[in-house]
Amino acid sequence: MRIRTPNLKILSLHTILILLAIIVLFPFIWLIIASLKSQADFFSGMFVPPGDGLFGLGWDKLTLDNYKNLFELGFGNALINSVFYASASALFATLISAATGYVLAKSRFRGRSFITLIVLGALIIPPTLLIAPSYELLYSLGLLDSIWGLLLPTFAPAFGVFLFRQAVSQSVPDELIEAARIDGCSELTIFLVIVLPLVRPMIGAFMLITFLGMWNNFISPQIILQSESKQPLSVAIAQLRGVYRTDYGLLMAATVVSVAPVAALFLLLQKQFISGLTSGAVKG
Amino acid sequence: MSKQRVVFAWAALAPFLLLFTIFMVYPLIQSAFLSANQTYGPGTRTFVGFDNFTNLAEDPLFWKSIGNTILYAMGSLFIQLPLAFGLALALNSKKLRGRSFYRLIFFSPQLMGLVFVSILGALAFEKRAGLVNRGLAWITSNPALLEIDWLQSNIMATLILISLWLYVGFNMIYFLAALQNVDQSLIEAAEIDGAGAWGKLIHVIFPAVRPVATFVVLLSMIGSLQLFELPFVLLDGSGGPNNKGLTIVMYLYQNGFEIGDLGYASAIGWALAFMLIGLALIQIRMVRREELAK
Repeated sequence: MRIRTPNLKILSLHTILILLAIIVLFPFIWLIIASLKSQADFFSGMFVPPGDGLFGLGWDKLTLDNYKNLFELGFGNALINSVFYASASALFATLISAATGYVLAKSRFRGRSFITLIVLGALIIPPTLLIAPSYELLYSLGLLDSIWGLLLPTFAPAFGVFLFRQAVSQSVPDELIEAARIDGCSELTIFLVIVLPLVRPMIGAFMLITFLGMWNNFISPQIILQSESKQPLSVAIAQLRGVYRTDYGLLMAATVVSVAPVAALFLLLQKQFISGLTSGAVKG
Repeated sequence: MSKQRVVFAWAALAPFLLLFTIFMVYPLIQSAFLSANQTYGPGTRTFVGFDNFTNLAEDPLFWKSIGNTILYAMGSLFIQLPLAFGLALALNSKKLRGRSFYRLIFFSPQLMGLVFVSILGALAFEKRAGLVNRGLAWITSNPALLEIDWLQSNIMATLILISLWLYVGFNMIYFLAALQNVDQSLIEAAEIDGAGAWGKLIHVIFPAVRPVATFVVLLSMIGSLQLFELPFVLLDGSGGPNNKGLTIVMYLYQNGFEIGDLGYASAIGWALAFMLIGLALIQIRMVRREELAK
């Protein structure tokens, strides 16, 4: 049967979409509320346990105990590690990619097309292929269980070079660079003062991609880092589940702590990206 | 080029070239050598020639992991992508209010990394305690549903459901972008010709979003074939009962880092790489053929 009234059609569409939205959001709501429930209250009510507060719910039964326990178990250390790894990776990967992308886009020298070809070729290599040989390499370099073993390989991403090469070709005019050279700017000044500001939207986007990628990376730190003191959230949380399997509130608090910072960062920067893309783009 | 420019160019390239050679090119070459060796932990190679590959061809667990991984990939292909496309169609209708609100909500699971989604999934699909069984029991008023064993016996269904939650909104964004680029005059022309909603969909919208759809299918297949974190966390690193949840990358991990045979792990890595590259080539050919047909 086809519904002919447009209003009814839109209304039924809304009904379906709202239902789906609820399904998508339920796990988040459950996660946050259950992280605030004590182990004793976990099974009383699916969300806030019943009680005599507002809406007949026991709001006073909610507690931050899970979070306190979590940080007493040293989870704060994993949080600091994740912030450090993700920031270091984002900063250096972006800087190195931008410099390399700029040179490959604008300089004419022997070997340029060969390097470009290899960078493009590297894009089709699945990262899973490199897991075993990289482990062996880090072993022979003495970089297992070292933060350098985790970080250094992330500083030279072929994907980043590809993106910045595109961005520089599109938004940095040759004339601008030539003019700066005639004005006597050094090559380094041209890169830092002229090129980087012009590709600012890409810098923001790529830093965010790399930050999130490192924050969520599990297999590399799982393989490379052995000391508990060096583990990021991704590895620490998986181990927490191994030990405190049925302490649901604790695991949920750990998930909230692991996800909230990046979710906030994304929502915060989403606006800056849009304004950066629309207003910050200087036309050459 | 002036001397200063040449010096700057190589100085700017140096960090990348150095790190890229050490951590990308060298391991790539080594993975080929490694796949012809057997190891007991790193730095203990014994040359075995093509044995790893012939063993792999006869390894029932390897084939099982391929079967499981393909099953999962088919789940995304036939359940997740059509749903993502349907959502994009719904959100593309101009008369619908609150489109950006819906878009943000459907996309929001992407804010969680895969490991953290795995932990949440493991909790949500837990017997008795989990959101899913409690929700089902509550809706149907049937407490027996509290006992559904998602994590062990029904692991593949669980993996597909979690990835549905995680990726539908992500793929929807691509489809939505493609739909917004469909030429409105073509749709109007089809309407004048008397095409119904179905006719417009098949004759105008499908052909127009095809290039993006091809890209999304490729991306989703490449991601699906490398599935690791989700089953690894849900099954605590094992393959689950009867290895029902063993994926290719999990099998690679088990061989390389639990058994310690980096050679066999590399052979699995190459088998997977050939599958992925083959898939990409098929897709590229399909796109080319379509372009030639036009």
